[in-house]
Amino acid sequence: MKVLLSWLREFAPLEGTPEGIADQLSALGLAVEEMTAVGEGFEGLVVARVLDLRPHPDADRIQLVDVDAGDGQALQICCGAFNMSVGDLVPLATLGTVMPNGMEIARRKMRGEWSNGMLCASEEIGLGDDSEGIMLLDAALEPGTPLSEALEIVSDVLYELEVNPNRPDAMSVAGVARDLAAVQQVSFSLKQPTVQESGDPAPGRVSVEIIDPDLCGRFALRVLDGITVEPSPRWLANRLTALGMRPINNVVDASNYVMLELGQPSHTYDLARLDGAGFSVRRAVDGEEITTLDGVERTLESSDGVVTDAQNVVIGIAGVMGGASTEIDETTTTVALEMAWWDPISISATARRLGLRSEASARFERGADPEVAELAMQRFVELLAPSGATMAPGLIDVRGNLPVAGPVTVRVARVNALLGTEISQEAMSALLASLEFANTVDGDNLQVVVPSFRPDTTTETDIAEEVARLYGYANIVKTVPLSTLTGGLTSRQKDRRLVRNTMLGLGIDEAMPVPFLAPGDLAAAGLSAAGVTVANPLVAEESVMRASLRPGLLKTLAYNASHRLTGLQIFEVGHVYDQPAQSQPLPDENEHLGVALAGVDAGEAVAVWSALADALALGQYELVADQPAGLHATRTARIEVSGTLVGFVGEIDPTVLAAYEVPQRVGWLEVNLDVLLALPHGVKMFAAFSRYPTSDVDLAFEVEESVPAAAVATALREAAGDLLVDLALFDVFRSESMGEGKRSLAYTLRFQADDRTLTDGEIAETRQRCIDVVQGALPAVLRS
Amino acid sequence: MNEIDLDAHLAQAATDIAAATDLAALKDLDGVLLGKKSAITAAKRTLGGLEPDQRRALGLRLNEVRDELTGLLDERRRHLEVGERAAQLENERLDLTELDHGRRLGHRHVITQTWERLEDLFVGMGYTVSEGPEIEDEWHNFGALNFPPDHPARDMYDTLYVNYGDPQSTLLRTHTSPVQVRVMEDQEPPIYSIMPGRVFRSDTADATHMPVFHQIEALVIDRGITFGDLAGTLEAFTTAYFGEGFTSRLRPSYFPFTEPSAEFDIRRPDGSWLELGGCGMVHPNVLTAAGLDPEEWSGFAFGFGLDRLALMRHDIDDLRELFRNDHRFLSQF
Repeated sequence: MKVLLSWLREFAPLEGTPEGIADQLSALGLAVEEMTAVGEGFEGLVVARVLDLRPHPDADRIQLVDVDAGDGQALQICCGAFNMSVGDLVPLATLGTVMPNGMEIARRKMRGEWSNGMLCASEEIGLGDDSEGIMLLDAALEPGTPLSEALEIVSDVLYELEVNPNRPDAMSVAGVARDLAAVQQVSFSLKQPTVQESGDPAPGRVSVEIIDPDLCGRFALRVLDGITVEPSPRWLANRLTALGMRPINNVVDASNYVMLELGQPSHTYDLARLDGAGFSVRRAVDGEEITTLDGVERTLESSDGVVTDAQNVVIGIAGVMGGASTEIDETTTTVALEMAWWDPISISATARRLGLRSEASARFERGADPEVAELAMQRFVELLAPSGATMAPGLIDVRGNLPVAGPVTVRVARVNALLGTEISQEAMSALLASLEFANTVDGDNLQVVVPSFRPDTTTETDIAEEVARLYGYANIVKTVPLSTLTGGLTSRQKDRRLVRNTMLGLGIDEAMPVPFLAPGDLAAAGLSAAGVTVANPLVAEESVMRASLRPGLLKTLAYNASHRLTGLQIFEVGHVYDQPAQSQPLPDENEHLGVALAGVDAGEAVAVWSALADALALGQYELVADQPAGLHATRTARIEVSGTLVGFVGEIDPTVLAAYEVPQRVGWLEVNLDVLLALPHGVKMFAAFSRYPTSDVDLAFEVEESVPAAAVATALREAAGDLLVDLALFDVFRSESMGEGKRSLAYTLRFQADDRTLTDGEIAETRQRCIDVVQGALPAVLRS
Repeated sequence: MNEIDLDAHLAQAATDIAAATDLAALKDLDGVLLGKKSAITAAKRTLGGLEPDQRRALGLRLNEVRDELTGLLDERRRHLEVGERAAQLENERLDLTELDHGRRLGHRHVITQTWERLEDLFVGMGYTVSEGPEIEDEWHNFGALNFPPDHPARDMYDTLYVNYGDPQSTLLRTHTSPVQVRVMEDQEPPIYSIMPGRVFRSDTADATHMPVFHQIEALVIDRGITFGDLAGTLEAFTTAYFGEGFTSRLRPSYFPFTEPSAEFDIRRPDGSWLELGGCGMVHPNVLTAAGLDPEEWSGFAFGFGLDRLALMRHDIDDLRELFRNDHRFLSQF
């Protein structure tokens, strides 16, 4: 919402500098987004008459223009525009004028011809948006008149305010002035327009029936005669322009002016074009059609409100846009002026559905003031009276259902308790009265009547906000609640930090890809997940929610590789989403850890996993060779902790790497943290260790490639029993002499008893049992 | 061996010891001079066949010679050891500047850094940290927060809906406020909790907008909580997070789920203002929807964007940089 300081001052003798008023507006909750001085910078600009137009002898794109700048003499100007004719009046920037863009006009030669000033386009002097043609002025003006005087431009201050949805009253100049007057403690008044009724009484000429009263709270009509459709007076057009509306003609402009001033939108019907002047207000029938003012044919639904003529033909969409059939034009002499109150929810739904958001619908949506219509109609007539308009006797005023606002009981103590203030009953009463919240003392309470222009305010708490707003948020003493609660992270939140810290400690960088994917991204990564799709994505690349961290991290590797950044070691902790197996209120959503190690193989990924398992103090886990789609078929294992699948470790399938254009092999780990961290982990109990000497035995086996090393280790543990305190695979090698399909696995076994020093005999016996068990259970042979 | 022979033996031995150039040679010499097959040991074996006087004299002399030899050997050994260590050190000389390319820690994402800083700060003020789903239902994101259906206030949020359940029943949460509702549903007051999290809007990415970003909000529900407590808590947060010399102010605003509502701004030491976030007293309708009696409990909530704090702290001028994951960016922080 834009307001002019001069306009605000028509309602209240506001004090203070423009900056001071801006601060007050912000403190009232009407944040000033921009404050601009307008109507300045016109020094040196005058009205000039075009006397002659001649081609420039040496240039095609400029012409020579002789103008009379008021002294009757021909003054030669070089001009790049060709839209004017001899006799036109145009704005001339005389020599020495400093233009808004800072350029100073000087006498200079253009291709050998003198130019003694500059003719201006409207955009160049801040009076419009045309930057091509020279601005053509009203033919009645006198050459030589200063432009600001000719156009009745006054210097003023324009505020652009951010108005919240709960402040329909601040969608009008008067409403903003009312707030400022209250905080400045100066008087505020809406002037009563001076208009007389005359001519044929309206009631015999028009009638109104509200068929759906929940749609329309009030439908007021006036008949105006003697209309002459013509341009608005300059001052009025200037104000509309300043507030961002384009002047059209006096009738449309009066409607817009009253809306901006008082917040009441209106609609005018050409009475002569109406097929029977009996207006009805009802819900549309599904499929009903209307051609609106903008020439678009629209199909209506039963949720839309409409106004119909006596033939039950739709002539307007309630509160959103009128119909073309009864639009006023140059021939119009008599109009029916409608000022209504429409149900905000209906207007909002219709405007949204039709994509027709207008200044009017914005006001009805927030809840207009149902009681300002009469005043607004008279103001409308007052604005049109200079062009001959008269107001027929009689107001047609039909009411439907309006929100009923009874008095609100406000407990003074409760308001103070909520705000942390100590405002007396008397002071609170006065604060509210200054905002036109009429109130009476009722014991310790106040009985408050909320004014009709504040439909948002219905409860004691709402009124507490008004008290606080006017008392000044800045004046409320800052305190801190006294709580004896202790804060802290949950164990899950601490675990998440531990997971991150472990990755960081391993030298892996944290990445944060967006969770949106393009259709096909999941499939390209080998993921069969159904996925959760976005119903209204802005772009296809953001239409699928990730079901795995794999696509995002691979895209990150590909992006970096395309910038010659290879060998990245990155991880991400984030949510993934999927369709659930069974019906449930929300989709599946889990927190995952994903690790992508570019340029290294599955072994590095396993090392990352084992470091994580160690950091989390997990119990036993198993890596079981597996072939999930999208991961390397011969270099991947599923991770089972206590028999529960928690994720996969290995490498990315080369086909997937090719699809994502990742040029290096990628070691991969993805773990479902929701599953993993729900398993026993964390604090471990102390296991006492033996004080007796240890003995180390090295054993190397030739083992078939099909047998996992873990199986050998398991067999060794079983065979050695409790005497085995440590088992380490210290060497793996393959050689031609051993042959295809085999490799050597060399282990160090450390033996120790809790209660004695082991004898050579016991060690030899245990060693032999290990050899026998491994050779017996597995295709493995001890290397000599 | 007589005494004269012993003198000669000692003189020869001293020459040999001085000539030993490494510890191994010296060890050999030690064996030759003092071992079981040495001349000294052999001479000792002859003592038994001598007269008592001779035996005593020769015995004393043998001991003297052995002590002298031991002393010479020890002295030479120490000398050689010093030399060998010096040689070893020289052999092991490293240019450490050649080797200055070793291990590095990973880099924590700036959003995580900011997130954890905020968590730590509020934990220090006695708050817990709460979380909720990123895909939410319409009730928790809007309905329970006092947004009636079709209310224009919903237009303040450009909502992304997901295809799940009834149309427009499930959405990518537009703010972290639904976590407030979940906390109030799950916990008995008093509640002092913050809710950091990822949120979504239907926005085209540019330097200041992303369709996905992060917020943090705080919820306090207790007996006797006032608007003054809100203002004071924000002031305490401002000074703790931004530093001495930073202050805060509140301006009236509107959110469906708070009343009174406010924007809060931060005043920098140079006097300039920064709009940080929104706040207010929890609306009685929100308390009621969560099953709390507004006459018994009151509370406040405030929330602000987390990513912008990360941008400010590290002087980053484009929000998209946080999500592009260029390694030249990630590895800077």
